[in-house]
Amino acid sequence: MIHALSLILACQLAGELVTRLFGLPVPGPVFGMALLFVLMLASSQLATLVTPTGEGILRHLSLLFVPAGVGVMGHLAAIGAHGVGLALALILSTVLALAIGAAVFVGVSKLIGKGTQDA
Amino acid sequence: MHDFTDIWSYLTETPLIWLTATLIAYLIGDRLAEAAGRAPLANPVLIAVILLAGLLWLTDTSYTQYFEGAQFVHFLLGPATVALAVPLWHQRRAVRRALLPIVAALLAGSATAVLSALAIGHAMGLTPQLMATLAPKSTTAPVALGISENLGGSPTLTAVLVIVTGIIGAIVVTPLMNALRIRDWRARGFAVGVAAHGIGTARAFQVNPQAGAFAGIGMALNAMLTALLAPWALGLF
Repeated sequence: MIHALSLILACQLAGELVTRLFGLPVPGPVFGMALLFVLMLASSQLATLVTPTGEGILRHLSLLFVPAGVGVMGHLAAIGAHGVGLALALILSTVLALAIGAAVFVGVSKLIGKGTQDA
Repeated sequence: MHDFTDIWSYLTETPLIWLTATLIAYLIGDRLAEAAGRAPLANPVLIAVILLAGLLWLTDTSYTQYFEGAQFVHFLLGPATVALAVPLWHQRRAVRRALLPIVAALLAGSATAVLSALAIGHAMGLTPQLMATLAPKSTTAPVALGISENLGGSPTLTAVLVIVTGIIGAIVVTPLMNALRIRDWRARGFAVGVAAHGIGTARAFQVNPQAGAFAGIGMALNAMLTALLAPWALGLF
């Protein structure tokens, strides 16, 4: 578990270094995720090693958003007078993006004849 | 016997109490969500946040003080993002087969999220600063804050809009997809990752592992695309 955790943290660290060094518009952890994926592709032994710890962290992904969510509550007042406009924009655009994104995914998979999904 | 106020003031100076409170509030939220049959509105993040905000208000605790303890949980967001490589690797064959749908859905979902939010904001008469604050709301928080700042928005308010968008996406995705009769877990997961970043991804993992893996990809790809798309889209309004 310590090996896997070290590997995950090292990937994040490498991601922070590379994105800052080259001024990439991507957060360090997202680059770290790509790096870990490449490493797992290169070595299935490594992939087996990191899997239980990785799945363990992700099992309660929701929990990790709680502190940021609590921070938001204090700033709800900052929305103030434009609350209705912002709320409408958030709700409608999220519904539209979900519907159009999923419909395009399904449409394109059917178009290229690989519509059957893996279990 | 020590005075309770002495013990309380000692406890509030250590991270222990708010770290414990964060975990317990989440456990309560998760248990309630389970008891509600994972009904979309019973979102564990939303329940935990409301409980904690109430507790902070009752005990007159500042967010800075709360964060002393909560930072240990918050820190794990970075490693968790890296760990998204694990489900991605396990789904690698499914991902390779779906490359074209992924690219198409990314462009469509990302552009819809930014453009429709700005169009509605414009119609509702939002100020230019609020438009810049709103533009990156579907992408993951660290990217969204950077974009907002570059465009002249308010990063603090963007953080609020990002979290609220995530919770809306997590609540809406299941009933919406059922209503649209979209049963492909790849499509459902990918769309919620693009539209509602990590909070949507967390919801997808609760529903189906393949949906979770595809949501992670959607979130990561949209982080890159929104950085390019948002400045251009803002220029249109």
